[in-house]
Amino acid sequence: MTPAVEVRDVRKRYGKLDALDGISLTVEPGEFFALLGPNGAGKTTLISALGGLVRADSGELRVMGHDVIRDYREARRSLGIVPQEIVFDPFFSVRETLELQSGYFGLRDNGKWIDELLERLALGPKAGANMRSLSGGMKRRVLVAQALVHRPPVIVLDEPTAGVDVELRQTLWAFVRELNAAGHAIILTTHYLEEAQELCSRIAMMKAGRIVALDETARLLAAFSERVLRVKFAGCELPAALAAGASLAADGAWRLPVEGAAQVESALARLREAGARIEHLEVAEPELEEVFVKIMANAGEAAPVPA
Amino acid sequence: MSAGFRTLLWKEVLRFWKVSVQTVAAPVLSALLFLMIFSHALSSHVEAYPGVGYTQFLVPGLAMMSMLQNAFANSSSSIIQSKLTGNIVFILLPPLTPGDIFGAYLLASVARGLAVGAGVFAATFLVVPLPVASPFWMLAFALVGSALLGALGIVAGIWAEKFDQLAAFQNFLVMPLTFLAGVFYSVKSLPPFWQAASHLNPFFYAIDGFRYGFFGQSDVPPETSLAIATGTLCALSWLTLRLLRSGYKLRS
Ligand SMILES: Nc1ncnc2c1ncn2[C@@H]1O[C@H](COP(=O)(O)OP(=O)(O)OP(=O)(O)O)[C@@H](O)[C@H]1O
Ligand SMILES: [Mg+2]
Repeated sequence: MTPAVEVRDVRKRYGKLDALDGISLTVEPGEFFALLGPNGAGKTTLISALGGLVRADSGELRVMGHDVIRDYREARRSLGIVPQEIVFDPFFSVRETLELQSGYFGLRDNGKWIDELLERLALGPKAGANMRSLSGGMKRRVLVAQALVHRPPVIVLDEPTAGVDVELRQTLWAFVRELNAAGHAIILTTHYLEEAQELCSRIAMMKAGRIVALDETARLLAAFSERVLRVKFAGCELPAALAAGASLAADGAWRLPVEGAAQVESALARLREAGARIEHLEVAEPELEEVFVKIMANAGEAAPVPA
Repeated sequence: MSAGFRTLLWKEVLRFWKVSVQTVAAPVLSALLFLMIFSHALSSHVEAYPGVGYTQFLVPGLAMMSMLQNAFANSSSSIIQSKLTGNIVFILLPPLTPGDIFGAYLLASVARGLAVGAGVFAATFLVVPLPVASPFWMLAFALVGSALLGALGIVAGIWAEKFDQLAAFQNFLVMPLTFLAGVFYSVKSLPPFWQAASHLNPFFYAIDGFRYGFFGQSDVPPETSLAIATGTLCALSWLTLRLLRSGYKLRS
């Protein structure tokens, strides 16, 4: 099957800075893919190269099999990008903005889909309002709608939830999940790692223009993060048998690595044997944030320092 | 003509039409002020062409000057505004071809030029009745002249990174060239050096040929003027399309 997005050894320099230093990755149709990394990692640059806003110095980028330079019209028809920066044209209303955007893609009579987008993104009451009069979060919703007017098979969201209220964040994710279920590939960048963990089946982490991790979310979590038992108790010291990998948190609770329910049971049994009175107990699931921090710390040494 | 091109053209026309007080009415008013001042100051002294009063002579030149300046302003200001506000991505992300983008900005500039030109004639025709010797030449030069400056405006809009760079382009190139293109005088009245210099100015041919459309008289035969103006337009269009294809300053 043709990949939704194919990036091969893409490089982009700004002066002496390698914004993209040999990026390769593939996103399959229908996938929900996260592109994570600290500020300046090169996420937006990669997305811009995909949309033809930035010309890569070398390497190849394809969207639904179409080269973004040679076959740019087909590539762009297949791609919807929600830009990171809020931009708008103050000359037009929300509906006009969406009608114009449809027209640029050669779509006329797109009114039904525009109505649906307005409704799904809770913009209905603002349809006739001038773009200038919208709040920041509303402008961002219009950007989302604009990226979707042509129903692209590949949707890229560059930090779509920055500055968006909780309610809309939930409506937005419900909508994007639905689009994903209908077969659209979604590429998401975000600094809210719990969003990525919850939504995305595969994750690429970038740092200084390079990919430093690329795997299924579940496998990254399993490899780099552990389930921990957080337990606070009184009446005895930590039994020696539980000391391996244990750490004491600031609130006086112990964090004990556990692999599954059986280990939780045996740890509790040991504590009881030692005469501990348990005051507080919880099992914490693996967190992407932990994975992220570890990977970025490890990648630190390998990453080139820009001159 | 692709649907994308038509939409972009429509958007560009709407963009100036929605603020037509500023983009059409204001330049018509300035042209009228020029007309009042110069016709009052010079009418008794000059007869540019036999049988053509100075005020009559002035109107087509002023109309054309306004058309040229506004055609330039239309494409250049639209592009630089989109670049500075960032909404140029709305045009760069869709599958529009360089030809679509070029054609839409160019024709919108022509539309603005024609609107301003029509406004100047509408505002003056009762006071300064003009003959129309040849509607063909009149229209041909109106179109080619506006297109020429529309294309130049696209180049300037792409090249400029700030408003003051665009203003410099306008103040040091477009304004002098339009003012010195024989709007206020027949270049035949100039000393030989300045006469020759004027003939290097492509805007001169647009104004001279346009005037021929009214009076049937001109400094240069209209065929020559049209050939030169069209040739310049073609060269400039070729350059503009090259810039758009290469992504110069638009796709970094
Ligand atoms: N036009 C440009 N000129 C020079 N440097 C640039 C340009 N665009 C991006 N950069 C640099 O390239 C690097 C990558 O930037 P990019 O915007 O891709 O980061 P990012 O991963 O999207 O970061 P963030 O999370 O902050 O959005 C940064 O160091 C940035 O300063
Ligand atoms: Mg970014």
